Amino acid sequence: MSALTAILFLAGLSLFLAITLALANRKLKVQEDPRIEIVEEMLPGANCGACGEPGCRAFAESLIQGNHLPGDCPVGGPENAQKVAEFLGIDAGSSVRKVARLLCAGGKELAEQIAEYEGYPSCRAAAAAGGGAKGCVYGCLGLADCVEACTFDAMQMAPNGLPLIDVDECTGCGDCVRACPKGIIELYPINQHLIVQCKSLLAGDEALATCDVACTGCGICAADAPEGLITMKNNLPVINQNLLQLETKIATLRCPTGAITWVEEQQFPEIFIQLKKEKVVQ
Amino acid sequence: MAFTLLKELKHLTEIKEVKTFKHGIHPNDYKHYTKDLPIERMPFVDEYVLPLSQHAGAPSKPIVKPGDYVYRGQLIAEPAAFVSAALHAPVTGWVKAIEPREHPGGKISEAIVIERDPHSPQTLLNEHPIDWENLRPKEILEIIRLGGFVGLGGAAFPTHVKYAVPEGKHAKYFFVNAAECEPFLTTDYRIMLERYDSIFLGIRIILKLLGSEKAFIGTETNKWDAIELLRSLKPDDIPVEIIPLETKYPQGAEKMLIEAVVHREVPSGRLPIDVEVVVNNVGTVAAIGDIFQYNQPLIERVVTVTGPGIRRPANLLVPIGTPLTAIIEYCGGMTDNVRQVLFGGPMMGIPQRTLDVPILKGTSGVLFLTDYEVVPRQEYPCVHCMKCVDACPMYLNPSLLGMLARVRRYEDMLEHHVMDCIECGSCSYVCPSNIPLVQRFRVAKTLLREQMARERAKEKKA
Repeated sequence: MSALTAILFLAGLSLFLAITLALANRKLKVQEDPRIEIVEEMLPGANCGACGEPGCRAFAESLIQGNHLPGDCPVGGPENAQKVAEFLGIDAGSSVRKVARLLCAGGKELAEQIAEYEGYPSCRAAAAAGGGAKGCVYGCLGLADCVEACTFDAMQMAPNGLPLIDVDECTGCGDCVRACPKGIIELYPINQHLIVQCKSLLAGDEALATCDVACTGCGICAADAPEGLITMKNNLPVINQNLLQLETKIATLRCPTGAITWVEEQQFPEIFIQLKKEKVVQ
Repeated sequence: MAFTLLKELKHLTEIKEVKTFKHGIHPNDYKHYTKDLPIERMPFVDEYVLPLSQHAGAPSKPIVKPGDYVYRGQLIAEPAAFVSAALHAPVTGWVKAIEPREHPGGKISEAIVIERDPHSPQTLLNEHPIDWENLRPKEILEIIRLGGFVGLGGAAFPTHVKYAVPEGKHAKYFFVNAAECEPFLTTDYRIMLERYDSIFLGIRIILKLLGSEKAFIGTETNKWDAIELLRSLKPDDIPVEIIPLETKYPQGAEKMLIEAVVHREVPSGRLPIDVEVVVNNVGTVAAIGDIFQYNQPLIERVVTVTGPGIRRPANLLVPIGTPLTAIIEYCGGMTDNVRQVLFGGPMMGIPQRTLDVPILKGTSGVLFLTDYEVVPRQEYPCVHCMKCVDACPMYLNPSLLGMLARVRRYEDMLEHHVMDCIECGSCSYVCPSNIPLVQRFRVAKTLLREQMARERAKEKKA
């Protein structure tokens, strides 16, 4: 008898709960766009935040709402953007790939060290504690905050004390740009070949006193380059990114220090190849 | 007879009563290097460098051009915004240049360079006492604003901003911060012993300006002779009390000082004025006394030159902008084993990477440490001893914050109130594993501040 009561009671309870759930499912159903799921699948899934959204799902939602264009995701690259754009039937948007470039070439041998920094090994800490040990206050401190910030394993410290960026791995998410206290990492379009690897606002001998490869602000590159491509601002050449089709190597030929360079793909190619080899050996 | 004796005893214990805050640390004070040396005026040198940003806030705006002849005490740069400060010529001479120069903060910034006129008697421009008793508070505030005053304790916050009490708020108490809890420094101590007239005049004027009920001079018990001197010289007609404080670091942090004396806690992210208090360093108060006595704006300050790495330690009165190299030369040079030069004390001072820097308004001392004191230490894992929790005067959990910082979980640190950290360094000092806690918090705080600024800019755009 008692077993029957229990069975009946539980059967009644489950029936009641099943009806409640069925009703709740009908009443409280959230209609979600099925495309969100599919678009999220198409995205790289790195959740890096480079697009400005908290993650890939939020980016997928904003794509469907029309707040973003597929090209705003720098990680996926143009093909991926095209794929998403075709699926959603919208414009892919600008999809020139951007990569991080280091705007300092003053490694250990080239830039003068005027002090010894023995504190907490972080660029931010060194910048707060008297500006670090390098004679040039604008230069790379070499304590690898950017390498730590990189989530794509695209950066490593080179033997000369500067971070080396592997542009094949770099997705242009901008984490290293935000990590650098000196602001010497910037995102440049991959097809920009002229890069000024110096941020020193000093001019002439004052700049040279701190670093052998500093920009002295002489303006020769601006004079040699096609008109309008390079302008001088605060003792530094500024390259007009709207006129990149005019770029020529001529601008770099007469630079007295080699601060302005022609970069084919990787910066500092010799060091890059050497490190690649070591990696292979390992 | 016995009764009067008892009363006297009670009086004595009252005088000896020492106040303090909870937590904190007890480092050796090392003040014996310069404690008994009177303030000496350093002879003028040939060149003075005055960076335009010596204070918290916007850099000053220069109103002279290279080649101009300026007099000692003449205004050479105006405050560029409300939170900014004026700048005056510390010597009579020519403006040599306005150019980028090394700044003790580790950057290169615009500075006015003044070359001294060797034939000038270096008297103050337009020296006269100001009849402050007949001035309205607003006029007194304007004199202080144009006097270029900033906090001389180290943070260099413009003084007139503190005195411009917002509508609806009232400064019931005025605090003179003479705790000087940083080891090695004796600047405030010597000012109390030698310039008490200026201090009391300054307090008189500020009390009138703020309309405060009472003024407190808080100083640590390792300066007991200064406490006794000030007590004996205290004028009867102003409500001022000298409070002995326990010799403990960071007793001189304004939040700790307020907690010790009036038992009020400044709420998170707020200012002392929110608990009806205004705090000023004793040097600032003395300098304010000076402007009303001689019409001398902030053009010179007392700097403790100390540490085992300098041959002749001294308390120097130097014009703002004196090059550090000149001070080293005047003090007999550095010892051979000097390893670190700090602007400020050993706990919160800023290490210098070059000696080619000038003394700023906020430079309370220059400390020379040798190989013997500066020993690089190896970091070990946290052993959860919670010494840092017992040391933190802000009641934070540095151990937890340190672990979050190590894995760069800065957003989580925000939830654990890292922004309330006053960066006093007590946690790093007590840590048996040598974990660079405060250094990590500073990094986290700068990154968080930058992120918040970016978010604000984004919101503004949207």
